[in-house]
Amino acid sequence: MLVALRAALIRLGAAVTVGVWRLGYGARFFVYLIVHSGTAFRRFRLTMREIYFAGVLSLIIILVSGLFVGMVLALQGYETLQRYGSSEALGVLVALSLVRELGPVVAGLLFASRAGSAITAEIGLMKATEQLSAMEMMAVDPVARVVAPRFWGGVISMPVLAALFSAMGIFGGYLVGVVLIGVDEGAFWSQMQAAVDVRNDILNGVIKSVVFGVAVTLIAVFEGYDAPPTAEGVSGATTRTVVTSSLAILALDFVLTALMFTGGA
Amino acid sequence: MNRSAIDLWVGVFVAIGLGALLFLALKVGNLASFSTAQTYQVEARFSNIGGLKVRAPVKSAGVVVGRVAQIRFDNESYEAVAVLTVDSSYKFPRDTSAKILTSGLLGEQYIGLEAGADARMLAGGERMRITQSAVVLENLISQFFFNKAAEGGDAKSAK
Repeated sequence: MLVALRAALIRLGAAVTVGVWRLGYGARFFVYLIVHSGTAFRRFRLTMREIYFAGVLSLIIILVSGLFVGMVLALQGYETLQRYGSSEALGVLVALSLVRELGPVVAGLLFASRAGSAITAEIGLMKATEQLSAMEMMAVDPVARVVAPRFWGGVISMPVLAALFSAMGIFGGYLVGVVLIGVDEGAFWSQMQAAVDVRNDILNGVIKSVVFGVAVTLIAVFEGYDAPPTAEGVSGATTRTVVTSSLAILALDFVLTALMFTGGA
Repeated sequence: MNRSAIDLWVGVFVAIGLGALLFLALKVGNLASFSTAQTYQVEARFSNIGGLKVRAPVKSAGVVVGRVAQIRFDNESYEAVAVLTVDSSYKFPRDTSAKILTSGLLGEQYIGLEAGADARMLAGGERMRITQSAVVLENLISQFFFNKAAEGGDAKSAK
């Protein structure tokens, strides 16, 4: 009995210690990464390549998902709004929910699973095949040469993808709401324009997407850099990237929403 | 994939991203109207503002001419003070009246301005003297019942 309790306590303590240690290591890694980001901007072509892999190649999934999310929002929103005889407010519903929440969050989740996992797997495999050690041998800092361009590429791509997701979603809402269902086109756009504020809604959405971009790519590069250099280790790290960054996005979204949209109006 | 192809695609990517932001700002958010325009502030006091919120529109003849910038309670006169930000390109006479109105049956509340006839115009920081409070449904209903009761009493006494 006592032995079992002791063992349980040891496991708990070890789990907490490892968690805190990894958190501290992650934070130090983040600071080191920021300090050694010079190369990513001096040789911007490296970052450009990563924007291509993380951003451009994610375009299809982001655009198609945005379109369908907007179309579903319009269908579902219309069902509810027409009960209250205010189906003209469909534009407001679609635009506000996309710009404030769904754009940054869903684009972030897709980005984490599409680009984040790829970044982790790539860096993890480079570590497992000792490419990172080889760079160190040649006095090339792998964080500056490999990690920082991937980080900044992701951070730059994420707001662009979120904006595209929102725009595409609103277009999807327009297709279903106005073209298919037949909500009045003038009311759809004018009510949307009256309700959506550039600073409060759109800018806050962009800020959210930047924060998610930093969180997702940091987790992705850290998990890759920290992965055990085995096939199993890399696969575990890839899974952890998707799980951790999805949870981070949802938790950060709650905090940011509480900060942005509760005060004032 | 050679270099120039990557550059091209990244260029296209960033360009359509900026295009999407521009679309959100102009078509969805309507940046063009108001945000940079010159404004002046006037004050209006109401005995009850109902459900009026900060950032609610200020309309005159149905056209949005400004926004509600601030709402506070005056502890001296026990009135609500609404500070209105009005676009400088619109001038109103000093005896303009402010009413709290509702758009539609369930819509949001806004302030309607009705221009007066005074030769002098409202300047920044001035107060609108003539105001009409929000219609509170409960007051309206109780008024209706009192009127009905009074009618019933009259009918009885007339017999």
